Amino acid sequence: MLYRENGQFKTSYAADQQIFPIAQDRLAIGLLLLVAFVVMPMAGSEYLFRAVLIPFLILALAALGLNILVGYCGQISLGTGAFMAVGAYAAYNFMVRIDGMPLIGAMLLGGLTATVVGVLFGVPSLRIKGLYLAVATLAAQFFTDWAFLRISWFTNNSTSGSVSVAGLNVFGLPIESPVAKYLFCLTVVCVFALAAKNLTRTATGRQWMAIRDMDVAAAVIGIRPVYAKLTAFAVSSFIVGVAGVLWAFVHLGAWEPAAFSIDRSFQLLFMVIIGGLGSIMGAFFGAAFIVVLPIILDQVPHLLGIPLSTATTSHLVHMIFGALIVFFLIAEPHGLAKLWSIGKQKLRLWPFPH
Amino acid sequence: MGFFLETLFGGLMAGMLYSLIALGFVLIYKASGVFNFAQGAMVLFAALAMARFAEWIPKWLGFDNLILANLLAFGVAMALMVVLAWVIERLCLSKLVNQEGITLLMATLGISYFLDGLGQTLFGNDIYSINVGMPKEPAMILEGTFQGGLLISKEDLVAALIAAGLVLALALFFQKTTTGRALRAVADDHQAAQSIGIPLNRIWVIVWSVAGFAALVAGIIWGSKLGVQFSLSLVALKALPVVILGGLTSVPGAILGGLIIGVGEKLSEIYLGSFFGGGIEIWFAYVLALGFLLVRPQGLFGEKIIDRV
Amino acid sequence: MMMNDMPQAVQAQEPTQVSGRRIGDVVLDLQNISLSFGGVKALTNISFDVREHEIRSIIGPNGAGKSSMLNVINGVYHPQEGRILFRGEERRRMEPHMAAAQGIARTFQNIALFKGMSVLDNIMTGRNLKMKCGLLAHALYWGRAQKEEIAHRVKVEEVIDFLEIQDIRKTPVGALPYGLQKRVELGRALAAEPNLLLLDEPMAGMNVEEKQDMCRFILDVNDQFGTTIVLIEHDMGVVMDISDRVVVLDYGKKIGDGVPDEVRANEDVIRAYLGTSH
Repeated sequence: MLYRENGQFKTSYAADQQIFPIAQDRLAIGLLLLVAFVVMPMAGSEYLFRAVLIPFLILALAALGLNILVGYCGQISLGTGAFMAVGAYAAYNFMVRIDGMPLIGAMLLGGLTATVVGVLFGVPSLRIKGLYLAVATLAAQFFTDWAFLRISWFTNNSTSGSVSVAGLNVFGLPIESPVAKYLFCLTVVCVFALAAKNLTRTATGRQWMAIRDMDVAAAVIGIRPVYAKLTAFAVSSFIVGVAGVLWAFVHLGAWEPAAFSIDRSFQLLFMVIIGGLGSIMGAFFGAAFIVVLPIILDQVPHLLGIPLSTATTSHLVHMIFGALIVFFLIAEPHGLAKLWSIGKQKLRLWPFPH
Repeated sequence: MGFFLETLFGGLMAGMLYSLIALGFVLIYKASGVFNFAQGAMVLFAALAMARFAEWIPKWLGFDNLILANLLAFGVAMALMVVLAWVIERLCLSKLVNQEGITLLMATLGISYFLDGLGQTLFGNDIYSINVGMPKEPAMILEGTFQGGLLISKEDLVAALIAAGLVLALALFFQKTTTGRALRAVADDHQAAQSIGIPLNRIWVIVWSVAGFAALVAGIIWGSKLGVQFSLSLVALKALPVVILGGLTSVPGAILGGLIIGVGEKLSEIYLGSFFGGGIEIWFAYVLALGFLLVRPQGLFGEKIIDRV
Repeated sequence: MMMNDMPQAVQAQEPTQVSGRRIGDVVLDLQNISLSFGGVKALTNISFDVREHEIRSIIGPNGAGKSSMLNVINGVYHPQEGRILFRGEERRRMEPHMAAAQGIARTFQNIALFKGMSVLDNIMTGRNLKMKCGLLAHALYWGRAQKEEIAHRVKVEEVIDFLEIQDIRKTPVGALPYGLQKRVELGRALAAEPNLLLLDEPMAGMNVEEKQDMCRFILDVNDQFGTTIVLIEHDMGVVMDISDRVVVLDYGKKIGDGVPDEVRANEDVIRAYLGTSH
């Protein structure tokens, strides 16, 4: 079947406002979900789950949260790692301090705690913009780095400074095997991606984008800047906080504050830029790119018989990311997601572009 | 009292070095409206170049003279920084003219990653030392005034003097020379400056070179004190609150901001640190700057930002 | 002279537009407004009023303070002195979104559309104040939230039909030519169903045909919806033809106020425009 929308007439506004208005897209996304939920768990190897798919899903979720703030609402944040950390440590404390706290409950409470902290650090955004705000979010980063290292209450007085969780389960189903972990992350990510898409295509999303594009005009049309900015901070840090819980509980199992350092914050920002500012799909593209590239750089020279040292590989990764950031900002600020949609646009007319 | 003064002096000297890095930020921001996140990476890159060339050049040329080696290495490193400035202008800035501040900020974040990777690929990623003959032993001063006198690190003192001299020289350069005047014109209004025949691109290369020079000096001073390694790149993160405090567009602001934060950090660590469990140096400057932002967003000496509709 | 011919043609189509409308009571009363920025006086002691259903124009040379006046009316700027009475109530310090909530909408001199959004989404933002669903409802997009979105989409489609921009509804506004962008901006303001509409040079930089269209839209809005309009415009032909009353500013001061014929005959106004002695 060719990629065409001829003959697909929309007879209601509801039909015109659905997420994938073109039938072929709906089919493709259905197939993708089928592969992700059914084929992958049967075919994937343990390495694939542990090293690629689980980190990809969780980082994509965090990037999605960050994209709401940066891409949709135009507020920069260099402290994403901090909000992940808040989510993770809050959920940990809810788990150890309240008997019988279920994983999902802890996860949502962790997200809510991150929301509160996110809104708190978002308050300066009402007065300051751009790079000033970047500094405010850096303050969040350094403060949480310090707090989770030095204030032992947060780590339940763990002597090593590292904390761990074990025996995770959801409604009695254990989340222990790589496949179970993968499916759990996948479900959470799908739910949040759908919710985020819904937010961005309704009034809430329009308020965020209006503030991003021209804040004075937005206020003049009746959008309250305080509400729009703080909801963006709230939603963003909630999602980021949940991603933090997943990263700590499901991916790492045992962790220290270094897992959520400033490098993590930058990495997530890069995902958003490379994947596409202001695009839900972009978060997934960006995360895939940044998770997979180091693996490729690690493997390919081996296969070609010119093994690189780990240090060299990591420097190369730095250089490539840095160069790509600049490249995308100059050439295509909407990132891989935009390239993807241009490709689809071309495909609709293929093979007769005129 | 003696202890308090020692802490104060220590803070002032550390602050002078923050000022030096902050100055790099301010110069670039004034002339191109770019908040240069890569200043830290430039410090690392310059210091790595300096350390390695001081080691390589005598080997290549077969001589053994520390001063000559340092001079040559300094020259080569400076030349590299100028080339870097030119490349950054060509490949990046000129293509991002008139973009929003937030985009430029992210671009410099990219540059910063690239430089970190490049520097370590070219020059290696061990800890290297820079030996420019800084005095290492501490000195006692004011023994007559206080019982026991004040213990002061000579190295810090020399470093602070160099930093102060450089800050002064740059301030004069900005105020008194023709190039300095052109720089200020560009800072005020890109288009107006271009229309009276100031070559924007060349000005940017000059500014980035000057910032590269500031980075090199800062790199040498920090590097000879702590050794040249990746963490040097993070020193710049310390200088960020300095610029916020002092005002992004103000050279005196960068100096005063640096001193305030240097002193504040040391004093707070000693007198408040124990209440919080120590290590508050890491975030003290940021929280101070954040508090300041809420009261006076333009900083101590910055220009007031008025939004026009 | 072409400029002058054009609005007359418009008026000829609607010969009764001025006499047919019921000009009502004063809705907006500005008393002794003074505004300055760090010592620079933008407006000095300006008073005028706007009556319900009328088209009230503000004219004056560049830098006379016209846009500042609009910014004062919808709360972007806060005057240091003076009183603003809106519907008989004195207004305290007010933010733009509160002005919007009272039914004041506006367009800008330099187009202020949301560049990253489609025409449809831009106009949908105009409905923002009338949408009641919260964050969680939007996240679920089920039932009430979807119904609300669709109900407002219907309203927005009416605006799109009114402005004849059906074919570009899904286009990103950044990709549109200037004249259409101005029209979309008007659409965004109209979607809010304002009772006071502030238009800042809606016809600047347009060709004759586009101006004719814009004039027609403004008159239709005024006529069909009874919207009160405050208009800043440089094209004297347009201003004199469609305005009920005109206020003239020069160097932040009011130098003339009245029906078009009075203003045309006012010597201060002539002097300001011809640029003789000051």
